[in-house]
Order: sequence, then C-alpha cells, then structure tokens
Amino acid sequence: MAATILPPLPADRADKDPFVSYSHLSAFTLRAIEPVGPQYLSHARRALRGRTWSEDERIQAQINVKNVEEESVSEDEEAEDPIMLSRDPKDWKGQDHYKVLGLSKYRHRATDEQIRRAHRKKVLKHHPDKKAASGSIDDDGFFKCIQKAMEILSDPVKRRQFDSVDEAADVQPPGRKSRGSFYKDWGLVFESEGRFSKKHPVPKLGNEKSTKEDVDFFYNFFYNFDSWRSFEYLDEDVPDDSDNRDNKRHTERKNKAARQKRKTEDTARLRKLVDDCLSVDPRVKMFKEAERKAKEQRKWEREADTRKAAEEARKAKEEEERRRKEEEERSKEEKLNSKKAKESAKNAKKKNRRLVKAAVKDANYFVDGVASASIIDSTLDDVDLILEKIDDTELVDFADKLSGAKEKDAVKAVFLEAGAGLIGSGKVKETDFKSIRA
Amino acid sequence: MDTENGADTVEGTSAVIGISFGNGNSSIAFPANDGKVEVIANQDGDRSIPSVIAYVGEDEYQGFQAKAQLIRNSENTVANFRDFIGKSYAEIDPTYSHGSAHPVEQDGVVGYKIVMSSEEDAQPEFISVAEIAKRHLARLKESAFDFLGKPVTGAVIAVPTDFSTSQRQELTSIAEAAGISVLQVIQEPVAALLAYDAANAGAFPEDRIVLVTDFGATRSDGAAVAVRGGMYTVLATAHNYELGGTALDQTLIDHFAKEFEKKHGIDPRTESVRSLAKLAAEAEVTKKTLSASNSATISIESLAGGFDFHSTINRLRYEMLARKALDNVALFVAELVKKAGLDVLDIDEVVLVGGSSHTPKIASRIESLFPETTKIASPATSPKALNPAELVARGAAVQASLVQEFEKSDIVESMQPVVANAPHLSKPVGVVLGGGSFATILEGYTAVPIRRSRTFTAPKEGGDIVVEIWEGESEIVTSKVERPKENGDAHEDDEEGNFDDDDDFEDDEDDEERKKVVKAGTKMADVALKGVKAGAQIEVIINITAELNVIVAVRELGGQVARGEIEGSEIAK
Repeated sequence: MAATILPPLPADRADKDPFVSYSHLSAFTLRAIEPVGPQYLSHARRALRGRTWSEDERIQAQINVKNVEEESVSEDEEAEDPIMLSRDPKDWKGQDHYKVLGLSKYRHRATDEQIRRAHRKKVLKHHPDKKAASGSIDDDGFFKCIQKAMEILSDPVKRRQFDSVDEAADVQPPGRKSRGSFYKDWGLVFESEGRFSKKHPVPKLGNEKSTKEDVDFFYNFFYNFDSWRSFEYLDEDVPDDSDNRDNKRHTERKNKAARQKRKTEDTARLRKLVDDCLSVDPRVKMFKEAERKAKEQRKWEREADTRKAAEEARKAKEEEERRRKEEEERSKEEKLNSKKAKESAKNAKKKNRRLVKAAVKDANYFVDGVASASIIDSTLDDVDLILEKIDDTELVDFADKLSGAKEKDAVKAVFLEAGAGLIGSGKVKETDFKSIRA
Repeated sequence: MDTENGADTVEGTSAVIGISFGNGNSSIAFPANDGKVEVIANQDGDRSIPSVIAYVGEDEYQGFQAKAQLIRNSENTVANFRDFIGKSYAEIDPTYSHGSAHPVEQDGVVGYKIVMSSEEDAQPEFISVAEIAKRHLARLKESAFDFLGKPVTGAVIAVPTDFSTSQRQELTSIAEAAGISVLQVIQEPVAALLAYDAANAGAFPEDRIVLVTDFGATRSDGAAVAVRGGMYTVLATAHNYELGGTALDQTLIDHFAKEFEKKHGIDPRTESVRSLAKLAAEAEVTKKTLSASNSATISIESLAGGFDFHSTINRLRYEMLARKALDNVALFVAELVKKAGLDVLDIDEVVLVGGSSHTPKIASRIESLFPETTKIASPATSPKALNPAELVARGAAVQASLVQEFEKSDIVESMQPVVANAPHLSKPVGVVLGGGSFATILEGYTAVPIRRSRTFTAPKEGGDIVVEIWEGESEIVTSKVERPKENGDAHEDDEEGNFDDDDDFEDDEDDEERKKVVKAGTKMADVALKGVKAGAQIEVIINITAELNVIVAVRELGGQVARGEIEGSEIAK
C-alpha cells in the first residue's frame, strides 16, 4: 500500500511534544439527520443517554455478552436417556423427536432456530466419525435418529403431523378428587389443548376474577374448537410394491378411515374434557347463583308493582261496594217514602172524590125538590167526568172549595168553576157536560 | 391441512408493516423472519396497488378494481388524492383529477361529491379527502392482515420530503382512525436508501453521497442525501409536480390519438370521457410493456365512434415521442445537483425510485449526466437493483422492524430535533501522507459526534514518524490529458480512489478531464511517534465529540500510543 505510507518526522519537529495542535475545526453546518436506520438509533441512544462513543460501545458490548450468556444458559444440556441412545433408528415413528434433540422442555414451542442449534449440538456430539475415533466402529444408530428427528422437525408439515400425536406434550386433566387449584391445573390442560387451534389468540381459562363474558367466551371457544390436529403420523405404512395395487389401496383406505376415526375421537375427547371442566368450574356455579339471585330480585321487583296494583284494586272494589250499598239503601228508603206519599195521596184523592160526590148529593143534584133519575144520572156523569179529568192538585183545591160552600148554588158555582177550568185547559169540551153548565 | 408452522403462529401474533402511500400507487411491505423484507401482494395479487377508491352503488372498490372504474364511472372514482391530505381547498392543485371525481370544498374541507347508494334518485354525498384516505389505508391494512394472517400492530409510513408537519400530523391521525398505529413517519428518499442498505445485509453502509430521484405517477421528487457512518442527511430536495409517469403516458396518448384520428377522423381525446379513459389505461399498459421489451402492441375495442383500435409501437419511437419529458428528467436531476451545491463528480450513486424509473431511457439519460464511477441503481442499468416501485415500502418496513421493539415515547424522543439536529463537518478531515497527498479519514457532511479510525503504514526503514492531521479542501481540476497516459493515471487513481474519493471523469469527445481532487487545506495538529518499527501498522483514530473537540490517537499496532486533543472551535461554543 504505497499510498498510505506516513512521512518521517522532520528534524525541526523532533524536540517538541509528541502532540502539537495548530488550528480548530472550521465552521460546521447544523443539519438534520434523518431519523431512520440502525445507526441513527445508536446515535439517538448516545445523544439521549449522554454517552460518548466508546462508553456506548462498551455498554452495548456488555448487553450483547449478557444476551449470549442467557441464551446459552437457557439451552442447558438435557440428560440423555441411555435407552434412547440405543434405539433402533428404523423404528423412527416411535421415537420422541424432541427428546432426541434434547428439546423435551420446549416441544411444540421450540423455535426453528432452537431446533437448528440443538441439532447442530447433537450432531457434533454423536457424529459417527467421532465415535470411530474413540474406538467404536459402525455405531451410528443414534446419529440416524438425530437426522430423522431433524428431518421431521425442520419440515413444517411433518412437524405438525408429529405435534398432532405428540402425547408427551399433553397435560392430563386433574381427577375428580384432585386437591390442586382448579385454575392452575385446568389452565395448563387448556393451554396444552390450545396448541392445536387454528384460531389465535387462544383464550385462557382465567381465574376467579374473570368476568362472565370471558368465561363464556372461553367455553364457547373450546366447544367450537377449530383444530388442525391430524393423524397421518400414525398411518400404517403403505406397501410400496407395485405388483399388488389392491393391497396398497386397501391399506390406504384403512389409513384414511383410521385418521377419520381418530379425529372424531379426538373431537369427542375434547368435548368431554370441556364438559368435565365446566362441571367443576366454581365460576360457573357462582355465575348461576348470581343469576338466580338476580332473577329473584327482578321477580320481586316486578311483583312489587303487581302487588301494589292488586292492593289498589282491592281498595277500589271495597269503596265501590260501600258506595253501592249506600246507594241501594237510599233508593230503598226513597221508594218507601214515595209509596207512603202515594198511598196518602190516593187516600186523600178518594176522600176528596167522596167529598165531591157527597157535595153533589148534599146539593140535591143542583135541583130544587126531588131530583129525577135522569137528572141524577146526568149530574153524576158530569161529576165523574170532572173527577176523571181533574188532576190531583186541582182536586185538592176543588175539594177545599166544596167543603167551604154549603149552599146549593155556591156548590154549583164551584162545580161550574171547576168545569170551566177544565174546559179552559182544553181537557173537556163544553158540550160534554150535560147538567153542570152555566 | 394448514401448512403454516405451528411454532410460528404461537410466537408472533402481530406484525409491523411499512407503507408507501403514493399519489398514484401504494405498496406495503413487512419484515420477514430472516431479516429480509418482503412486499405484500393484495387480494388481487398486486404489489403496486393503485391509490384509487371507487363507489358503485353501496359497493366500495380499491386498487386496480377501482382504477378500472375510471372508464365507466369516473365521477364516482377518486384518484390522486394523497397530496390533498391536510391542505385547504385554495392550496390544492386539481390538475390530475380530470379523469376522476373532482375535488370540491365543503365547510372548509376538501372532499368529493360521490353517489354512494344504488337507489335511483340517489344524491351525491360529500366525502372528505381524509375519509377517502382512511378507507384506502384501512384496505391496505386489511390486505396486510390477509397476507400475514395476523393483525397489524404498527406501521411506518413514508411521505414525500415536501409534506408539511401539519400534513404529517393529519396523515397520522387518518392512519390511527383507520386502525393503524403509526410508529413513525419517514421521508421517502431516505426510506429508499434504507431499503438498499438493508438489502446488503451485514455490510456497514459505506460513506457516499446519493441522489435519490423518485419518478412517480404524477410528480417527481429528488433528494441529495449524504450517507455518513450509516446515517442519512438530506442536503437538498427538489420537486416537480408536472413530471411523472402521467407525462409519459400523455405522449403515448397523443401519439395513438393522432393515429386513430388519421384513420377514422375522430379524436378519442375529445370524443368522450370514456374513450379518453380507455386510451389512457391502455397507454399506461403499453408504456410498462415498453420498459421490459422492445416493442408493444396496443389494442382497444370500440375506442371511439364504435371503431376498434390496434397499433404497434417500438421503444425507439416511444423514446423519441417522450423526448421532452425525458429532457425534463435530465434537467430536473441536474438542477437538484446544483441546488445541493454539489458537482456531478460529488455524486457517488444515483438511486432511482418510483414506478416510472422502470423506463430504461430515464436511467440512461441520468447515467449520461454523471461520470462513469457513479453507480446508477435502476433495473435498466443494474441487474441487482431492487424494484424501484417497491423501494419506499421496503425501507419503511425495515424501519418498522427496527423500531417495533421500542416504546412509542422512545421513538418520539429519538426523533426530537435536539437529537436529530447535529453539527456536520463542512470539510473532510484526514492525514497528509509522505508524498504530500491527502488521505481522508472523515468526509465532509459527517455528523458529529463521530469516531473513525484508519490504518497507515510506517516507512520501510522505520524510525521517527509524524502524523499530520489536516482539514482538506476539495476542488475540481480540469486538465488536458493525452489518452495513453490517462489510462495509467486512471489505474493509479483506482488504488487511491477507495479513500480519496477521487472521481475521474473521462469525456470521449474532447480530451479534457475533470477530476475531483482533495488537497490538504489547513493543518490542525501533528503527532510524533518515535522509534517505530520498520513497516509497522499505524492506526490513526479521530474522535470528534459533540462539543467539536477533536481527539486524536495514534497507535502503533502492538506498541506505543500518542494522543492529544484539539479544543472545540469558537463557533461550537
């Protein structure tokens, strides 16, 4: 690098300090840096925390070291089961791929990165070349297991198939007589069941403070659980011989039916699981109790109205009854009174009539001497006519006047007057009278 | 069976996206798991989604479906509305609303009168620009959700450099109304640069001055950006509201319209709105075809007067027709360089952004403006170039992935002017070497505080050496050169070129060479180092603090160290 050679120290400079400054930086321009990009973020971090360049570098390096340490700590070696180490790689379906890679802590939660790293570690440890170096030749059984596990777990489709039947990741529900916490035990069960959900996020069981909506949502979610779980992994091997197609197809059909059956069973199993949980969920009882109380309260409130209404109706009815009775009594009394009056009026009328008739007889039928039968007859007819036509008040008046008049002529005058009155009011014609006329 | 990885869905239940909201087209991108950024295709499979909303009765259409409505239902189709956001009716330029719903004012708000009901006597209703933008953004969000399968929790939105603070605020509130939590609003040219720098995963972005030219559908924007230590500083911006893909479309429209008129005596441009819209739509398709292949055919059924139209055009013809627009492109770029106070020799790279940058002639016209050393990043000139129409969305997604872990208050804090505004060096700082030449350590336009080191070699014989720290002066030297000799020079320059930023520019027509040379200007300090081993490596570290103190440390690798500090200049205090 010819171009980057530094000049030698001039002779006149040699005696001075190693560092000599001559001038400052020239004028700077204040500009805005665009707030994007990783370098700007570090710039902002330095500026906001008041760190110098080297300080920041050191602090960030420390943080990075810490992260790396944490990562390596979290990936603790899992003890390898000697039985697992001597597994037959041909029986790969029966092997626990996560355990083979030392990831049985994580299982379906293991990230691709974790799987990749775990695989690397195991390969380094169990590579056949390494075994050969330590004397054991042809001991690559477990290495094959590792490769198979990696093949399954690195392929998302195959991994799902394995996860579907990975019973080691299942959490058994607590028994009826379990003394553990409901929320803790069942929460773990549903967390593990939730891994099969196509829908995310999967609701959590919650705790005793969960609202009714949350609890309802949780149970509805699991009653209508949309699962991606499938059972291809448990398929019987389809024979690969081309000469027996029927056999192959038969196996395929059998597999399909078995998958379907398992799927149905799994759905039923989950349903039962949710039923069981629901039946022992203290919150459900609590909500039911609360609801019942609320219902009663509502009912009581609702009935309060009707009760009041009934009371009022009863009072109104009583009042009505009382009024009706009073009315009845009054009318009865009135009737009684009017009857008496009528009776007396009738009696008075009879008496007056008798008086009138007697007055005619006393006045000797308004003739002098012995009255002839015809005159008596006609006069009595006239009197009857008057009595018939005359009304009650006039009759009283009439009878009054008659009792005052003693003389024959005076009596006749009274009769004539009464007759004239009747004629005047148009009740009788003048010609109707035969003997009592002026 | 659902093929999605189980672990994946359990892990991330939300995502961030980057949104490029253009006047003509929008695009969305998201940071994928492996640190790369991917552009999202909407439900119709389009990555470049037209920013168009159309109403047919109660139905709302967006994207290409809405754009198709421009032909039959132009009065109920809203296009080119992005620039109207946060502006008053007096401020907007409705030129590009000709073929679509025309903006109207109501209660001081810009909006459109749109029929949004299928009833026969339905009256046009007023709908504001903000509401239209909200619906457009909501659709983009929905597309992202459908693609990603998880809800979008945050987004970075890119806007042009001439978007005012109030427009940014308005856009942010519109996006929030559409259910998008805006992490940050960034500038389009910087987003495009970020996309390029992030694509070179791992590599630290090298110091360079970049011209970002964004040729969109209706307008062109340009920015000169200094990239220093991975940070971006915009030196100048330029805008042209007439130059864009529409201008190129127009040349094709005019050409085909004349051809049609010659044949049938009808000018489809004036015949009806519908025939113009048909021609415009097909002209755009033809233009896009011409970007990829040498010739294109256009055929439109019943263009005007019941006549079908069929024609062919080759690229050369098109480039001749579009010469005026292409000249304007060259002019626009040249003016931007001038505005930034730079010379074409100062420009290390030109990044072409925007859909119109697919046009090969735009790239070659820009290329011819600059020296050969200037990299032109466009699909026509570099096979590695990213799709210019997607750059902005990609950059926004990169930024989204960077800030998604941050608290919102942290982001706001980081964007404060007190953090973002920083003193920038006006001159390069470097070391004068044995031959008297200047070796740059820190370029001009570098923001402080900064620390940078560079390793030099001690002379072969060893002994005492001096490291002289100087401020440099750059100048353009014009010299007549003879051709054979020049080749040798160029070779030497290449060696130095890595550090000296010497751009050699060779003009074939005359033998005149324009060259940018950085010379030593003012001496700032020198550091003596005694008894250095023969041919030892000497590391020079320059650290400029926020107070503009220059700390110099000279270290013989595996040996002695000498250091000193120059107090900050008066101006800094």
